[in-house]
Amino acid sequence: MTVRDALAEITRHLGDEVCVASNGYMSRAAFGARDSEASFYMIGSMGLASSIGLGVALAKPTRRVVVFDGDGNVLMNPGALASIAAAAPANLLHVCLDNGAHASTGGQRTISDRVQLDALARAAGYRWVGRVETAAALAAEAPAFVEREGPAFLLVKVALGPDGPPGARIPFTPVEMTARMRRALGAR
Amino acid sequence: MNDSVTPASFVDRLVAAGVDFFTGVPCSLVGGVIAELERRRLYFGELREDAALGVAAGAYMAGKLPLVVMQNSGLGVSLNALGSLHLLYEMPALLLITWRGYEGKDAPEHLVMGAVLPRLLDLFEIPHRAPDPAAALADVDWAVGRMCETRKPVALLVRPGLFG
Repeated sequence: MTVRDALAEITRHLGDEVCVASNGYMSRAAFGARDSEASFYMIGSMGLASSIGLGVALAKPTRRVVVFDGDGNVLMNPGALASIAAAAPANLLHVCLDNGAHASTGGQRTISDRVQLDALARAAGYRWVGRVETAAALAAEAPAFVEREGPAFLLVKVALGPDGPPGARIPFTPVEMTARMRRALGAR
Repeated sequence: MNDSVTPASFVDRLVAAGVDFFTGVPCSLVGGVIAELERRRLYFGELREDAALGVAAGAYMAGKLPLVVMQNSGLGVSLNALGSLHLLYEMPALLLITWRGYEGKDAPEHLVMGAVLPRLLDLFEIPHRAPDPAAALADVDWAVGRMCETRKPVALLVRPGLFG
């Protein structure tokens, strides 16, 4: 199961959820899987997708928020696990697609083979934490996961690759992305 | 500074100007402001300044007008978030930054950042003022007006003694 396979499986269960994708490979793969007005693609600020998702979840408790994170991003800002668990927004779902590598910069290994990120989320105090390692296990969990009370953390172990870009470049400018998310969330 | 502005009047002015989401990482120079925000249940304490900026960015997209409190040491932590999130995506945030190391009078860990703080903000083209107590409330209006107009961060620098 690749990042793209995993995103395709999860996103087919989504409706009007706000989606926040972490930078680089993840954003392009997420855009390729499914786009909506309420999708935000973070192109810089590595580590902060989870914090951005937390901000949306706190400010808009009536909307459910899904963060698509990677192992490199979670490891860069692990404090966000603590912050999210402490704030305990019921409307926040946090998915970590763990390929064990910095895929955007050439596949250099991270340390997620030795540090289990789902265990970190559990220790931090997420309401629900799960881990799936196969496409079948993800297919079984995904419909339940998107309905869970947050904060919920799902670690999906994925294979690195395939080679080449994971999807088209995001066609929106950053300023357009801000504007369309604000429209989607009814900001004046 | 002989005079000072009270945390309560400062927070009143922020709220009146439309700021409705408060996050950040504390500094003793704004301890009273944070206490006032907490008393009103308006403050979401974060763990790192760049994470606070991420939360503020999310809150802005959800319709809030955010303020991020930080010590100037935290501005160093925040530069990538400012450069590749707020400035790039045009997201306003009122940065309430304490000026440790002001005029070289502080503990040694604050001296380098204290000396370069305004120049660092200039480099990032983030408008900033370091108000005297008499100007603090008017400068809140300036900062909020400017960030709404430009949709980019604006900084108010808190020198020692501003809040007594």
